[in-house]
Amino acid sequence: MSAARPPEGARHRSPQGEGSPVSANLLELRGVHTHIGAYHILHGVDLQVPRGQVSLLLGRNGAGKTTTLRTIMGLWRASQGTLSFDGRDITALATPQIAGLNIAYVPENMGIFSDLTVQENMLLAARGAARASQMDTQRLAWIFSLFPAVEKFWNHPAGKLSGGQKQMLAVARAIVEPRELLIVDEPSKGLAPAIINNMIDAFSQLKASGVTILLVEQNIHFAKRVGDSVAVMDNGRVVHAGSMQALSADPQLQHALLGLAI
Amino acid sequence: MNKSDFDWKPMALVPLLALIVFPLIGSPSTWLTLTVAGLAMGLIIFVIASGLTLVFGLMDVLNFGHGVFIALGAFVATSVLGGMGDWTGSASLWRNLVAVVPAMLVAMAVAGAVGLAFERFIVRPVYGQHLKQILITMGGMIIGEELIKVVWGPQQIPLPLPEGMRGSILIGDAAIEKYRLIAVVVGLAVFAALAWTLGRTKIGLLIRAGVQDREMVESLGYRIRRLFVGVFVVGSALAGLGGVMWGLYQQTVVPQMGAQVNILIFIVIIIGGLGSTTGALIGALMVGLMANYTGFLAPKVALFSNIALMAAVLLWRPQGVYPVANR
Repeated sequence: MSAARPPEGARHRSPQGEGSPVSANLLELRGVHTHIGAYHILHGVDLQVPRGQVSLLLGRNGAGKTTTLRTIMGLWRASQGTLSFDGRDITALATPQIAGLNIAYVPENMGIFSDLTVQENMLLAARGAARASQMDTQRLAWIFSLFPAVEKFWNHPAGKLSGGQKQMLAVARAIVEPRELLIVDEPSKGLAPAIINNMIDAFSQLKASGVTILLVEQNIHFAKRVGDSVAVMDNGRVVHAGSMQALSADPQLQHALLGLAI
Repeated sequence: MNKSDFDWKPMALVPLLALIVFPLIGSPSTWLTLTVAGLAMGLIIFVIASGLTLVFGLMDVLNFGHGVFIALGAFVATSVLGGMGDWTGSASLWRNLVAVVPAMLVAMAVAGAVGLAFERFIVRPVYGQHLKQILITMGGMIIGEELIKVVWGPQQIPLPLPEGMRGSILIGDAAIEKYRLIAVVVGLAVFAALAWTLGRTKIGLLIRAGVQDREMVESLGYRIRRLFVGVFVVGSALAGLGGVMWGLYQQTVVPQMGAQVNILIFIVIIIGGLGSTTGALIGALMVGLMANYTGFLAPKVALFSNIALMAAVLLWRPQGVYPVANR
């Protein structure tokens, strides 16, 4: 099957209506604190996710990266601070409402429904389709070109897929309909090098179509190849924010922030 | 990887049980009579248990008050059928159904409405707290039983079978009660409706996904709390329907009838695997058959036999015959 055209990007709209100035940042966190039970995890996180770019969230284990993503999605409530998406305050919104703003989330554990088939997993994410026949066939063709395993195992239980195939399904499901913001927690985790290249290609095509992407990633080489901007976290705070290019060009800064050269 | 990877082994348990018991009973006609009785009883229990397994699987709610909807459904049926004597007294099965079907529908509607209130005021405040759920739902059932006594009185009320549903059909030497065949048809129809809804509709897809990972369903943009309420109401309505069927099966209703069936229902959903409708069907059929077979062969061990059955199944499959992922 020849690759279909990349999907059209989601239109960027200002909350004030057409013609109003559009903010450079699609997502902003200001002074966000998050408590999980008695534990104070995020200590005043300030994060800007520029519109139309791939933003990376880097940091050591336990730095608060996953907590930041879960707080954005409303899965954990910010105890202080504000979160805004496309100029709209989303701090107090429930998770389904946040997802309804055209934000797709792929958690670290992929969130695949093992007892459902690959097709059913995809249909669930296609909120505009009541049945499989109503899914956008052109968009599906494009997704199949990126992730052939999704098409190959279309009617198979998702739980029977390998780890890499599940990861591809998780990302494919997130993009089954056009999204404004794609949030992915460790997309390259456990993937073979060949699959990582597929994933990089997918994110490049998504970015080209206008989707804003926020990734948490431990694989520095993956991060370098896809990232435009980077924020580094440590102990629940963002300790550095800037361009990936600038960070890549500064070995001293790399060692100071990440403990290694990238 | 096989395209069709369905686990067929648990399905074989029901015919296996029937075949193992056959030489012990000896008489083919007696075996057939007991088997149909067991299947009928099992399908009635399935109707009651199917909603509870979805509530437990989807909402992670331990509802020990499920029995109140069974009793409520049965008592509502006594009121509806009591006023339709001309229809229930007729020897025509179709005229009987004109009375029984509305009685079932009214029972389901009342049980569903009470379920809506039960979820809102009793269950919702204790989501995620199992011990409190057990205590508060048992309290809800006690209150429900007492309210039933206030409305209908404390004594048992007869719920006779309509005229056209009495008697038996002879198959060889075996006398098969008509009502038991009707119960089998109704039970299979409920299973078919549930299977179609869960397997062929998007709402069924949401329920199956929610049983596995509620958080991910919300992250996909669905308000799973609304689904909770819907499932609880449907589960309550099904319990009400089961109550009507159970009341007609026993031909008498008492306020405590829900509590009396509770143990069997929990055995069924544990055997089946929490959240599994097919598992609940297998479990219910096995429980129904076991109760009837041991009631004939060794009446003193009838209740223990189902607990022994549950223990044996759990030794083979500790999470039930069709465990749902992530539980």
